[in-house]
Amino acid sequence: MELIRPGTHYDFIGMKKITLWVSTLAILVTIGSVLYHGGLRNGVDFAGGAVIQVKFSKPVDISEVRSALEISGSKEAVVQNFGGENEFLIRVEKSSEDIEVIAKGIQTALQERFREKTPDIQSVQVVGPMVGRDLKQKAAWAVILSLLGIMIYIALRFHKFSYGLGGVISLFHDIAVTYGAISVLNLEYNLSLMAVILTIIGFSINDTIVIFDRVRENIKKMKKTDLVTVFNESINECLGRTILTTGTVMISVLILFFFAGQVLREFTIALIVGIVTGTYSTVYIASPVVLFWEEHITNKRKIR
Amino acid sequence: MQCDPWFHFGSLSAGGENHSHEELRMLKTLRWKAILYGAIAVFAILLLVPSVTSQLPPWWSKILPSEKVHLGLDLQGGMYLLLTVEGEKAVESYIEQIKNNLRDELKDQGIPVGKLEREKDRIVLEFSGAKEKVDNLLGTRFTMLRELSSSGEGGIWKVQMLLDSKEIDTVKRRAIDQALEIIRNRIDQFGVSEPEITLQGTDQILVQLPGIRDPQRAINLIGQTALLEFKLVDEEGNIEEALKGNIPPGDVILYEKSVDRQTGAVRKIPLLLKERTLMTGEFIKDARVALDSQFHEPYVAMEFTDVGARLFEQITAANVKKRLAIILDNNVYSAPVIQERIAGGRAQITGRFTTDQAKDLAVVLRSGALPAPVKILEQRTVGPSLGQDSIHKGIISVLLSGIVVAIFMVVYYQYSGLIADSALILNVILTMAVLALFRATLTLPGIAGLVLTIGMAVDSNILINERIKEELRIGKTIRMAIDQGYHRAFTAIFDSHVAALISGVILYQFGTGPVKGFAVTLCIGLLANLFTAVFVTRVIYDFITLKFAIKRLSI
Repeated sequence: MELIRPGTHYDFIGMKKITLWVSTLAILVTIGSVLYHGGLRNGVDFAGGAVIQVKFSKPVDISEVRSALEISGSKEAVVQNFGGENEFLIRVEKSSEDIEVIAKGIQTALQERFREKTPDIQSVQVVGPMVGRDLKQKAAWAVILSLLGIMIYIALRFHKFSYGLGGVISLFHDIAVTYGAISVLNLEYNLSLMAVILTIIGFSINDTIVIFDRVRENIKKMKKTDLVTVFNESINECLGRTILTTGTVMISVLILFFFAGQVLREFTIALIVGIVTGTYSTVYIASPVVLFWEEHITNKRKIR
Repeated sequence: MQCDPWFHFGSLSAGGENHSHEELRMLKTLRWKAILYGAIAVFAILLLVPSVTSQLPPWWSKILPSEKVHLGLDLQGGMYLLLTVEGEKAVESYIEQIKNNLRDELKDQGIPVGKLEREKDRIVLEFSGAKEKVDNLLGTRFTMLRELSSSGEGGIWKVQMLLDSKEIDTVKRRAIDQALEIIRNRIDQFGVSEPEITLQGTDQILVQLPGIRDPQRAINLIGQTALLEFKLVDEEGNIEEALKGNIPPGDVILYEKSVDRQTGAVRKIPLLLKERTLMTGEFIKDARVALDSQFHEPYVAMEFTDVGARLFEQITAANVKKRLAIILDNNVYSAPVIQERIAGGRAQITGRFTTDQAKDLAVVLRSGALPAPVKILEQRTVGPSLGQDSIHKGIISVLLSGIVVAIFMVVYYQYSGLIADSALILNVILTMAVLALFRATLTLPGIAGLVLTIGMAVDSNILINERIKEELRIGKTIRMAIDQGYHRAFTAIFDSHVAALISGVILYQFGTGPVKGFAVTLCIGLLANLFTAVFVTRVIYDFITLKFAIKRLSI
């Protein structure tokens, strides 16, 4: 079976004039959205605070929950319906030292006020102000260092700095666009979305290396051909594989999106965006960066 | 770029219909490879048996590891608690203790002391008389103190002292070690299966309690300082005056909670106490719940060690007819009048407890007081029902997407798709087996790592198969096409895996908690994938093409 007939000769690189604008626009939208929202909407994981999920055995009106919390003195608490009719999410987005005490007060208030409706505390998350910030900073450093590691490895294995640079710039692009989607959709940035970013880095770099590997092989075969054509040919030769791989991964993620429930919903949305941009960036970010570098910097040096 | 010597696959000559010498030799090495790979697969499956069933035959643990794949608390439900020990408080109470010793020593030596107080982390001493005598005492008995400043005016000396910084570090480190030990002790007595209590960094304690029912109770049990103190009530002092702010020197105000038996109303009664602690809970040998015969209320009966019993006897003998307050974490529980000297080393704490409260109090008293208060930095509790629900849905959808991908591979690549599918399944089995073997924990971010490796595994197989197809298209024989296909695809697979592996190792090294969880499964999965997608499938292809005379490759 063949999805893509071999021997295509699309001029992918030629489209870079358009896609450059697309990417620039995407990144501008990202910056604009992040500025507009005043940063990402950090979840309790990173911002600190408390989230309590409670399920009652009988239907409870949301206003009852609110008034119960108000009476107990937890005014900062925000109540929202979650899942079923008698399931609620109570969050306190407050980064303070006594957040643990507040969370405890809310639980006690629920237990006392709705005794006959047997409130079942399904989950509690309390994150102190220091922990969240610490977690985010450490994660950011780990990601930056791993990008550096990837860049060095690619540069060494392909004997050219430009390949390492192209790979990492495309990763930055993917991370930025995914953050942009998170910000535009106003998703809550939490631990599972951080896991998505890590997954996207892995997926995107895999895709980039596959194409670069083809280029490395074709350069030896097509010694007299110019680099742009070599890139175009390589992307075309890998087209079947790219569509198959991205397609299967996309199918799996869509299944997760529809069947894995509320918990993984935001996770899969971000993942879908990341897969699309991860595939796109190989052709329209990583490759043009290599071409630009080889044309304007490596060649100039040679001429001098 | 030169041909890379890292990836040299033995090139094959075009195979004929009859097995040549060369081919027979290859079949032989192939057989050994197949046996080795098969053995690895069987071993991996055996490693996973304990995770699937809990009913293992008794001989199992003697010859095989019985470690399970540990599920993180986000998947199986339970409580995750990150605590920090307030080391400064431990240092302060240590300085307080030194101050008291210093007071005794100065008294013994007959040095008139004007003022001896602790101001946060310093000791301020004012005395009159010979400075040398005090210096001598400080230099021999109190070497842990550093003199900050001293000034003499009109025969009155004022000395400020600090604790040596090395000593401060030691006290802090000891506090965290003790706290870890005590918390472990309390949880053991509370009864939780497979608790994990570990040190994180230098001053944090991570407590993980799977499947816990009553998280609030556990938090109270873990977080309670449980410092038991006995202090005398200052009978001469005037409590009204003291409440206005005129606290007599050497006294403190603490409150006793009193519950009216009829109305249930709670009142807080202030008590003026001598600051000096006569005895602490460190001498407790045992603490048990007992029932009050009058009201049938539970109380906690304590039994002191021999030393403690003697000390308690001395204290009570010296203070007959005075009131002795029993204080737990700065709350007065009761302050009975000492009727007579109490021998035998027994005391009790009453205070309208529920049975559970009394039980927990007995546990914390038995396991001892924390050297300093602990603060909860992070708490994550997932109820057992929620954990089960999300894992159920998660597993079903992951299985579903796995099945769809597997079917797609067979539809698209036919028999070659089957080979790829078997490699995918083996990849998951191997990854889980290694997780079980190294007692790593599978968390939600860990599943994300696993999903990424499966994606890359699918990609590896697609890369190989597409390459083989390309080679067939330009008219190579089946065996040549397979050989070249693997050879060409390998550099891409290898480089992408190593790049991802490098990032995985860095994430593991520098990341915390969830990032680490992701990195672990990613690294294991990538290594497993290099083995299954490249080497295992190759053996299957070689075996089939060498053993049978295949005319057309089903790909």
